Amino acid sequence: MSVSKPLPHDSAPLHVTGAARYVDDIPTPAGCLHLAFALSDTARGRLDAMSLDAAQGAPGVVAVLTATDLPFANDVSPSAHDEPLLATGEVHYVGQPLALVAAATHRQARIAARRVTATISSHPPVLTIDDALQAGWRFEDGPRIYEKGDIAAALAGAPHRVQGRLEIGGQEHFYLEGQAALALPQEDGMIVHASTQHPTEIQHKVAEALGLPMAAVRVETRRMGGGFGGKESQGNALAVACAVVAARTGRPAKMRYDRDDDFTITGKRHDFRIDYDAGFDAAGRLTGVDFTHYVRCGWAQDLSLPVADRAMLHADNAYLLPAARITSHRLRTNTQSATAFRGFGGPQGMVGIERVMDRIAHALGLDPALVRQRNFYAEAGAGGLSAPHRASAIPPEDISDPKKPGTGHRVTTGAGGATRFGGAHSPAAPEAANTTPYHMEVTDFILGAMTERLLNRCDYAARRQAVADWNAANPILRKGIAYSPVKFGISFTLTHLNQAGALVHVYADGSVHLNHGGTEMGQGLNRKVAQVAADRFGLPPGAIRITATDTAKVPNTSATAASSGSDLNGMAARLACDTIRDRMAECLAGLHQVKPEEVVFAEGRVRVGQAEMSFAQAATIAYEHRVSLSATGFYKTPDLSWDRIAGRGRPFFYFAHGCAVSEVVIDTLTGENRILRTDILHDAGASLNPAVDIGQVEGGFVQGAGWLTTEELWWDDAGRLRTHAPSTYKIPACSDRPDLFNVALWDAPNPAATIYRSKAVGEPPFMLGMSAWLALSDACAACGPHYPDLAAPATPEAVLAAVERARG
Amino acid sequence: MTIRFLLNGEPVAVDAPPTRTLLDWLRESRGLTGTKEGCNEGDCGACTVMVTDDAGARALNACILFLPQLHGKAVRTIEGLAAPDGTLHPVQQAMIDHHGSQCGFCTPGIVMSMATAHLAGRTDHDDVLAGNLCRCTGYAPIIRAAEAAAPAPVPPHIRDTPLHPGKETPGAEVLPEGAEPAYLPASADALAAWYLDHPDATLVAGATDVGLWVTKGLRDLGPVAFLSQCADLRGVQDLGDSLRIGAMTTMAEMQALMAPLHPSYAELIRRYGSEQVRQAATLGGNIANGSPIGDNPPALIALGATLHLRRGDARRDIPIEDFFLDYGRQDRRPGEFVEAVSLPKSAPALRCYKLSKRFDQDISAVCGAFDITLADGIVTAARIAFGGMAGIPRRAASAEAALVGRAFASETAQAAAAALARDFEPLTDMRASAPYRLRAAQNMVLRYLADLSGQPTDVLKVTP
Repeated sequence: MSVSKPLPHDSAPLHVTGAARYVDDIPTPAGCLHLAFALSDTARGRLDAMSLDAAQGAPGVVAVLTATDLPFANDVSPSAHDEPLLATGEVHYVGQPLALVAAATHRQARIAARRVTATISSHPPVLTIDDALQAGWRFEDGPRIYEKGDIAAALAGAPHRVQGRLEIGGQEHFYLEGQAALALPQEDGMIVHASTQHPTEIQHKVAEALGLPMAAVRVETRRMGGGFGGKESQGNALAVACAVVAARTGRPAKMRYDRDDDFTITGKRHDFRIDYDAGFDAAGRLTGVDFTHYVRCGWAQDLSLPVADRAMLHADNAYLLPAARITSHRLRTNTQSATAFRGFGGPQGMVGIERVMDRIAHALGLDPALVRQRNFYAEAGAGGLSAPHRASAIPPEDISDPKKPGTGHRVTTGAGGATRFGGAHSPAAPEAANTTPYHMEVTDFILGAMTERLLNRCDYAARRQAVADWNAANPILRKGIAYSPVKFGISFTLTHLNQAGALVHVYADGSVHLNHGGTEMGQGLNRKVAQVAADRFGLPPGAIRITATDTAKVPNTSATAASSGSDLNGMAARLACDTIRDRMAECLAGLHQVKPEEVVFAEGRVRVGQAEMSFAQAATIAYEHRVSLSATGFYKTPDLSWDRIAGRGRPFFYFAHGCAVSEVVIDTLTGENRILRTDILHDAGASLNPAVDIGQVEGGFVQGAGWLTTEELWWDDAGRLRTHAPSTYKIPACSDRPDLFNVALWDAPNPAATIYRSKAVGEPPFMLGMSAWLALSDACAACGPHYPDLAAPATPEAVLAAVERARG
Repeated sequence: MTIRFLLNGEPVAVDAPPTRTLLDWLRESRGLTGTKEGCNEGDCGACTVMVTDDAGARALNACILFLPQLHGKAVRTIEGLAAPDGTLHPVQQAMIDHHGSQCGFCTPGIVMSMATAHLAGRTDHDDVLAGNLCRCTGYAPIIRAAEAAAPAPVPPHIRDTPLHPGKETPGAEVLPEGAEPAYLPASADALAAWYLDHPDATLVAGATDVGLWVTKGLRDLGPVAFLSQCADLRGVQDLGDSLRIGAMTTMAEMQALMAPLHPSYAELIRRYGSEQVRQAATLGGNIANGSPIGDNPPALIALGATLHLRRGDARRDIPIEDFFLDYGRQDRRPGEFVEAVSLPKSAPALRCYKLSKRFDQDISAVCGAFDITLADGIVTAARIAFGGMAGIPRRAASAEAALVGRAFASETAQAAAAALARDFEPLTDMRASAPYRLRAAQNMVLRYLADLSGQPTDVLKVTP
């Protein structure tokens, strides 16, 4: 049985030999053009004129296009149609594409693009949150507000109160493979190879730009060299540019951003300002919290509304807020249009409440881990508030138990899919029970038990004392230690996106071709889905042929995002496989005069009553008996109901959990700091592939810690991003991982009826990086009596400032 | 300009513009797309290849490596790492077994760095891989793979022999390329004569800086000379109390040279760039480019090093701090080049402090170097130099004056720290604010006192 095995990434042998092909590695037909954008050097102004002569005359240049040359839609926005491919009239940020150069080589295109000169009447740019508030620049009419209970009364009546403000920096994705696309003109349409998490969106935007129906555009994505949300919408511009040039010239066209252009043009994680006002009792229990989020969205809407929503939806993290108000301002600025990034606003929302927890612990002199535990949601099955609504943790009958490998699958008639689901949540939960600020009851909370196990395993209490002792003996260096939990809601909050399709063919020789709507960006999605498919057919996982994501095979796909890849596509693939398997079983059962339930697919063999044959023989027989061996599978997540304006409902199918303890050391003279040790316990449900999942946890933690430590985006007063390459923008390097790094999975089936009872794992571990930031704050707090109010990211400069604040 | 070298064991002859990078040539002309472009500036390591010359095999960034620099050498790419029969190299197999790749884009570079280190028997994996960024894995499985592969024997086929070993390398010839001459001199004498005639030429040593002029600045360099064949610009002479170090000595060689003499300087160099950068970058290049944030100058100024300049047959020696005149301006005459640096072998109180957002492969926000001489507890001489605090690397005269003639103790350190505010008016930029730069520099004086007195001051030395 292939599910739950720690198999290597399916492309690992290709990765290590350099044979894995990315967009820029695809051999191009003769005459391929290479593209580059000419970029605005002004943050805000009116585009009066452009001089293209020098660019047109540069060596190798075939065409220089401006907005007026675009035949159809000039828009690459995934949402509000407010993002022209090439600027028209107004210029909105430094780095905005103004003109498009097509040349014989990549270098020639880059050189020529710099010879485009634009005449821009500049206006004072709106760059910061304060600028935008003053100018009244925002998306949506006013702030979104979610409320639970009477927050004013809760705060007014609280025995203790803390208020404060936290600035949280953004983050560059720094996928190692920059954005890239290649368009191949066809006699009646366009084929596009794109490094994208969202091939259907590319197809949609290319079709609009060419004035074609979507059916005339085919988009293929074999793999990305990392995505992290940065390739959910940010690849649209390149694909559209390539398609426009290819359609115009009849020649293939390829575009890849040089790294500096990638930084300069594309959106990043939203930076936030969070104001908080929290009331609590002497035990550290919250009575209520009032958060105000100020979200710097950049110049275009992109995905900022759902990002800001998700920040609000994670303003509680793991804590029951008896009363809460979350106010979210989505502000427009003359900077890159901030976009999706692993966690999608969730991390920023969580940092706000974690700061509040720290402030409470500091104010009361309590262990911050204890304060956090006291504020947890009630545990599932603990006889607490959630007990009446708790779903069974036992999988329904029709879902195989991953704990019993090698047993194969007994086919039941019509068992085409997940026919019923354990309702992990009750939408009709009573108010003020174990509910979130958006009125969803939390019924699957397990952080109580997870936390207890983690704190015991990593010897938290003793180490906390040891850190204090160490600090007493070291005047210059200080250690800190901190625990932090993660509870992350799984589902797209735009409910209709929670659907997926798969296409499976079994050939007459028994080989299996698997296709689904998800994209591979390194997360091992194809491996997991292939494990599912192999398991359904009782085949070894290597027997499943993984193929490139292709809009001609599975249509109308959602982005591979929101951690949903294996939940949605795994289930769709399962349904497709089961359809074929059931047809084969029915055929074989008829031939051997047994019931279909007596046909068992296991270990590469098919048992039909007393007879047995290879899977290949079974496929051949089915083919010869004119059985269709091709099927689609379609899945939609059940039981979702969400009103994002009212802030009410059930946006999530279930929650994924994790918790971490990090220990750090800082230098109180310079603020230099590093992570000494991190212990993690993460909830991946019944893991489809523990090796892949641990990889997501380790990588997510380091990426999250990078966001909150070394990764600083810095714009100058003119709105130019000055940290625009790895020379100036510092993602974690090898030695920045914790010296001791212990990662374990909390191996329990998901109460919700997901694929093999696994849980989504792409985003949640990112937020475990908060433990490192909180530990740095703890170390700063060891320097003096005052709260250090450490900023994010905690660069050495920020740490030194916090040390000095602690000293007062 | 015909450049000859071995590519994955096979001789190749390349006629290409002199500033064509190895990476572009591999990918665009040879169709060898396993070597990736991640940043095009030598900071991510996705383009790492193995280059072998007489000194052995090195991991280098192909994106900022010009083809003429490879003349007479051997290049091995990811496509040439597995055995001819397809058997994977031990580090490749270990990367699969330990789940060391996720998106796989950094993987070829990581594997080449690991294989080069494996060839040399190195197990300092964090340093080996400091120049290979991975955004997916968090590095833990990569290190597990490196550790697992360490004991495996080196596959014989990856031990390359340079195409033209020893001094027989041809190269001292003017190589016309269009209107602009490119030159590959075989000696300092040949360079000196040519440079007199081409004083506007660009000299390329390791190309870790000049490479970016081409890949990011998109510049044509004009006349250019590649110094890689000038064996007499490498080499170290032991002059008793001092060392004379050739300008083409790489930073990797400098690290090894300094380790027994000036361990704090060697530690600074350990954090200079990355393995790939240190294997290419040269001491002379880091001085001659005049950067205010190069890491060698503060240390060399604190050491009282001497710079040996040469113009034609004329030579002159100057204290290294006098070389840096103003931002972008050095005391270097047309046609004059850095031939060598001399520095004392003993400076027990030398300490170098590099401050950056990230420990490895980051440009310093502030780099401080301190050396004092004590007699009976009294400071008799002080040399304090900073990079990142002004338009040039330079000494802190007021801070030095505050120390000399006094006992080195808390009050004097505080006084010297305060005096730094008179020495420097640093700038605010993306690396640090001006007030932080000054405060950190001042605190480095306090750290220096604590450091000399044996107190723990280094977060890198703290263990969990």
